[in-house]
Amino acid sequence: MSKSTFSRRGVLQTGAVAGAGLAVPTIFTASSAAAFTNEPTGGTVTLGFNVPQTGPYADEGADELRAYQLAVEHLNGGGDAGMMNTFSSKALKGNGILGKKIEFVTGDTQTKSDAARASARSMIEKDGAVMITGGSSSGVAVAVQALCQEAGVIFMAGLTHSNDTTGKDKKANGFRHFFNSYMSGAALAPILASNYGKDRKAYHLTADYNWGYTTEEAVRTSTEAMGWETVAAVKTPLTQTDFSSYIAPVLQSDADVLVLNHYGGNMVNSLTNAVQFGLRDKLVNNKNFEIVVPLYSRLMAKGAGANVKGIFGSTNWHWSLTDEGSKAFVKSFGTKYGFPPSQAAHTCYVQTLLYADAVERAGSFNPCAVAEALEGYSFDGLGNGPTLYRAEDHQCFKDVLVVKGKENPTSEFDLLEIVEVTPAAQVTYDASIFGGELGSCNSGA
Amino acid sequence: MEAIVLQILNGLDKGSAYALIALGLTLIFGTLGVVNFAHGALFMIGAFCAVTLSRILTLSHTIIDDTQKDFLGNPLKVEVPYVHDLFGQTTGDAIIDWAVPLSILFAMPIMILIGIVMERGLIRHFYNRPHADQILVTFGLAIVLQEIIKYYFGANPIPTPAPAAFKGSFDFGAMLGFEPNRIIYPYWRIIYFSFAALVVGGVFAFLQFTTFGMVVRAGMADRETVQLLGIDIDRRFTLMFGLAAAVAGLAGVMYTPINAPNYHMGMDFLVLSFVVVVVGGMGSLPGAVLAGFLLGILESFASMREVLNILPGINQIIIYLVAIVILLTRPRGLMGRKGVMED
Repeated sequence: MSKSTFSRRGVLQTGAVAGAGLAVPTIFTASSAAAFTNEPTGGTVTLGFNVPQTGPYADEGADELRAYQLAVEHLNGGGDAGMMNTFSSKALKGNGILGKKIEFVTGDTQTKSDAARASARSMIEKDGAVMITGGSSSGVAVAVQALCQEAGVIFMAGLTHSNDTTGKDKKANGFRHFFNSYMSGAALAPILASNYGKDRKAYHLTADYNWGYTTEEAVRTSTEAMGWETVAAVKTPLTQTDFSSYIAPVLQSDADVLVLNHYGGNMVNSLTNAVQFGLRDKLVNNKNFEIVVPLYSRLMAKGAGANVKGIFGSTNWHWSLTDEGSKAFVKSFGTKYGFPPSQAAHTCYVQTLLYADAVERAGSFNPCAVAEALEGYSFDGLGNGPTLYRAEDHQCFKDVLVVKGKENPTSEFDLLEIVEVTPAAQVTYDASIFGGELGSCNSGA
Repeated sequence: MEAIVLQILNGLDKGSAYALIALGLTLIFGTLGVVNFAHGALFMIGAFCAVTLSRILTLSHTIIDDTQKDFLGNPLKVEVPYVHDLFGQTTGDAIIDWAVPLSILFAMPIMILIGIVMERGLIRHFYNRPHADQILVTFGLAIVLQEIIKYYFGANPIPTPAPAAFKGSFDFGAMLGFEPNRIIYPYWRIIYFSFAALVVGGVFAFLQFTTFGMVVRAGMADRETVQLLGIDIDRRFTLMFGLAAAVAGLAGVMYTPINAPNYHMGMDFLVLSFVVVVVGGMGSLPGAVLAGFLLGILESFASMREVLNILPGINQIIIYLVAIVILLTRPRGLMGRKGVMED
């Protein structure tokens, strides 16, 4: 008679350990057989484009997706090669990346952090994406960036403007080409001072979430340094649609400038309401009342219609720029889709090219090698003048555009005019001021 | 004092939208006993009727202007609306400018038709089902409707301005003897409030002073008895669904110059409107209107900086807080009747 050596407790313990092992997502275990997460082994490489395809920023997401498709076409040798012709790096050959044809999968962020993480995770685990890019919100960018760090893939952020993305929440695997709140404030303040004077009283309405806070802080700091006084700063719920009850107190205050730290639908509605209430026709402290929108987007300006006329703001890029890179991109995009690209499309296109270029220069898809190739990398020809991918925080430093709503637009795309191109040096800051640690690169190995 | 007057005005126009939506919701609940979560979508569809008419009026043909260039450097394609060809530029521009008021005529039959189709095609199959089923199916319908609108019109807000004659604002305070430039109020918001008052008055008059309205009121009080008298009350209730849809739709049409419409605007109003209905008293039409204006004014006051400094975040919860207090003290709401939603 044989005697079993299994005890009930032993079986339970073994089962628990095995169960826990099976429950760990494959992105944390699959790499054991490969040098890094999702190492491409065949003739193709898969990129993951994680953009809002539903929800309030779906139009912006659609433009991002168009840009990604154009970038893939150019990188694979199709079309007119767009900005590859003007890019200062000549590592890209139009034969994919490292000779591997680029394929892509898409995910829908829904502009919700949970949904964005789920779609990114799916693209990494099921589709084998070696890089994730896209998004139209800072909350999403921070969440997906953290996931990519854990998973051991590179994250090339899309449209995200909060200081936190490359500030307190920065990660070694994450890179941002888009500008940020600090840069908006630093670029805008001198223009506001020269146009509206240094003796101004500002009233801030601020969207009650992370991006709103950093934008308010940046604009306040920059304008107060110029001599402006901030008389009030009121948080508005992100879900607010009618801002009349927030606009009305502005009339009772001593303020002569209203700063709308709002984006998307919030911006469209608050600006529309402010204009309806006649703020721009008011004379306060013997000065014309003015409105400022720190972050402009052409797609949002379209929603606000004629209300944007004459209103200052900042933007990362605009299709009317006349440098060779911008012209090449506008021509490619405009010919393919019939209208000029948005700033979201531009940053996504550029990020894809920069990733591909970094892989070519590194000679590897290994995220740590790619990160090393991007860190401290200086380039030109991609539409914003000479640009540096700073090693300390993975933030791009380049010229920032101060724009104004155009008085006499000639088309539905011709809504903003460039007032000033603020040099990169004027918007550069110490990498340590926003805190956070990059940590170590994770290749998933 | 000026701040208080201004917030009351704000509350009245905000309350107008709540009241109109809640009125339609109550009409449907009072007649058919259905909790219609697709009612916000009807408000949104009404707004998009204005967008659609605006697009119809600006339907254009293209001419090439060689003197101007487009963004690719090609000769500029200039869109010329057909109404310019038909009526001349001045009259054509005036017609386009008045797109929103004209949309009232455009939206009315469309909304009544949508309401009737919605009731006959879907909702009547759920009359004898629990309220939870009705909520689920109407909420699902709302999502489908908003996704359809998003598919055709995109996710971005679409500016639909008021006629030039009603743009801008006027010094309401000076009229009342206050210091000039302290109480400025937009013309269109006054029009919106007046329009809401007119619609509410019209609906009440219709129910109160017409034979049709009398039968509907009788049906709301005792459906079985009215049916026993040989009256086809179901057909009248279906028409009331159409009327409720039209009220929501017209509220949406007139709201477009206040905030550029987007596919999600119905959902933004839906939950608050349900709170309005509950606070007003389920099935009570005057209650819905009263609660709409009351909660609109309270919401406005809660958004004042002075209030927020003392109670941060109160602007986001005030309506629900008041709803809790009212329901604790008056469980049937402000003007609710015994027996409604109590089985």
